[in-house]
Amino acid sequence: MNEYLALSMILFTIGAVGVLVRRNAIIVFMCVELMLNATNLALVSFSRQHGNLDGQLAAFFVMVVAAAEVVVGLAIIVSIHRARRSVSVDDAHLLNL
Amino acid sequence: MSSLLPSVDLLSVDRPPIPAPELDYLLLSPLLVVAAAALIGVLVEAFCPRGPRFVVQTALAGVGALAALVLSVVVYTELDVVEGAVRGIGETTGDGSVVIDGPGVITWMMLAVFGLLGIALFADRKLEGGLSSFTGRAADAPGSADEAEAQRRGVEHTEVFPLAMFALLGMMLFATSNDLLTMFVALEILSLPLYLLCGLARRRRLLSQEAAMKYFLLGAFSSVFFLYGAALAYGYAGTFSLAGIEAAVVGRSGDDALLLAAVALMAVGLLFKIGAVPFHAWTPDVYQGAPTPVTAFMSAGTKAAAFIALMRVLFVSFGGVAWDWRPALWVVAAITMVVGSLIAIAQSDVKRMLAYSSVAHAGFLLVGVSGAFGGNEGGNDITSVSSVLFYLTVYGLASIGAFAVVMLVRDAGGEATHVSRWAGLGRDQPLLAGSFAIFMLSFAGIPLTGGFIGKWGVFAAAWSGGYWPLVVIGVVTSAIAAFFYVRMIVVMFFTDAEEGGPTVAVGGVATTVVIVLAAVGTVALGVLPGPALDLVQHAGAFVR
Repeated sequence: MNEYLALSMILFTIGAVGVLVRRNAIIVFMCVELMLNATNLALVSFSRQHGNLDGQLAAFFVMVVAAAEVVVGLAIIVSIHRARRSVSVDDAHLLNL
Repeated sequence: MSSLLPSVDLLSVDRPPIPAPELDYLLLSPLLVVAAAALIGVLVEAFCPRGPRFVVQTALAGVGALAALVLSVVVYTELDVVEGAVRGIGETTGDGSVVIDGPGVITWMMLAVFGLLGIALFADRKLEGGLSSFTGRAADAPGSADEAEAQRRGVEHTEVFPLAMFALLGMMLFATSNDLLTMFVALEILSLPLYLLCGLARRRRLLSQEAAMKYFLLGAFSSVFFLYGAALAYGYAGTFSLAGIEAAVVGRSGDDALLLAAVALMAVGLLFKIGAVPFHAWTPDVYQGAPTPVTAFMSAGTKAAAFIALMRVLFVSFGGVAWDWRPALWVVAAITMVVGSLIAIAQSDVKRMLAYSSVAHAGFLLVGVSGAFGGNEGGNDITSVSSVLFYLTVYGLASIGAFAVVMLVRDAGGEATHVSRWAGLGRDQPLLAGSFAIFMLSFAGIPLTGGFIGKWGVFAAAWSGGYWPLVVIGVVTSAIAAFFYVRMIVVMFFTDAEEGGPTVAVGGVATTVVIVLAAVGTVALGVLPGPALDLVQHAGAFVR
């Protein structure tokens, strides 16, 4: 059981580091999805540990929310790509201090 | 920790059928009516011809928000008194997933008013020559022939109204959710429409799309932190309900490291939404890039909903470990006030200045939260919850009003947001500049405006909670912050206008009404704060 939690934390960390260091908006977004899936793994592990179904139920909600987030996120990223032919988060620097 | 527990085969055990949750439809009616308005809005989008659609959508959203306001008032009068460990009014419904209590319903009223004012700003079509301030077709690349054609044919995105209603629904649910799963879903319902709305500006579209992408990536990142914190809290307590977690925390029935990680991760997610330093980086970009009506709506609404949710999580679930999170919140509140105020001084763009000012205000609000003062025997001192509720009301009104004024100060390229362009506005347009001055004075916390009473309230709550050094920092930063608010007044009234300065466009009647209402409300809450203070004082504590 602890192994699953450890794996979940490792995946979450990989995702978080990916968000911080990658420059392509799509990859950044995929890293966020990886973090969501790491959370799902934690939820399901805890669910088994506690012997109730709340965590598994929550994992379904998280999947639905993740799907909705993909719709919104890709719409925004595609519209940016149409305007600039690039999805690098470094190119998006019109708004500065 | 886990191998000690017997593993249960979840699938083979015979379980009783799941009973349907009992819903109290009267108590839930404000949520339901906003949800209905949003869903009917989607249908209108599909079936209503293009001609009357904009008016129909505006009316639908307006009626929805107004009905939510009226029903919230009705619900408030229906709430029962709960005497327990803490005194409160209200009850839970939907199997304990939603709690309708005093602070929650007052937040509903507040959000419904912000929603109404926001919809009124969304509906202004006079400023862009018969079109709304949203892009005609978001799918067209900026500057393309398609965009020009859409502009010529007068195509408009009327989806902004259902999106705003979904965001309003998310905010209202966020403020009253009683378990972490509902809270996460509400967080996403409120965030996803706002990400889209941010990218829909008619002018300066590249900026707007960039704001949407930054808001989306950072927002999704932070909500995952909240979710992972919720998962850890579930791992600690074995339940998502706030009351269940409270019981586990009080009983210390688990691993302390897990508990502290849960509090920290959830606080990161929530502090991001309220725009506290060091999670504020998105605020200036998004406030500046988003269409101004959207900025007005979200600056007021998101902050209100997120603060109530933050307090609900911290006070209800993690009240038992308050001594662990209060020092951290203390530090965040202090640096938020200082950083927000200092950077705001250096801004030359009005929208950006208002964004940093919103960061500073998040700091002032956090002062009230970290006071964590739940009242004493006499019950005469203002509690943290009451003071934050009052502050959110005055901040939201002034913020919507200020952004509405920003909408009206224009030149050939759209809104003229550079501070220097506002020079001499007070001589041309004394009423408009006067109302902007009222909002600035309220932000600065000058007596006879609502902002003064609001600041006094949060500082008093922190003082009663034993955090006097934070109050001292707060008063000093208020003085620093007053500098850039007063500078705007000086620019408007005591500086000569530039050559070819901005013209003040005549907005729709609704925009004017919004500015007047916000100004009157700001002054009224400063001169006669009694009734409103009374209302928030009688809201009681959070009900579990």
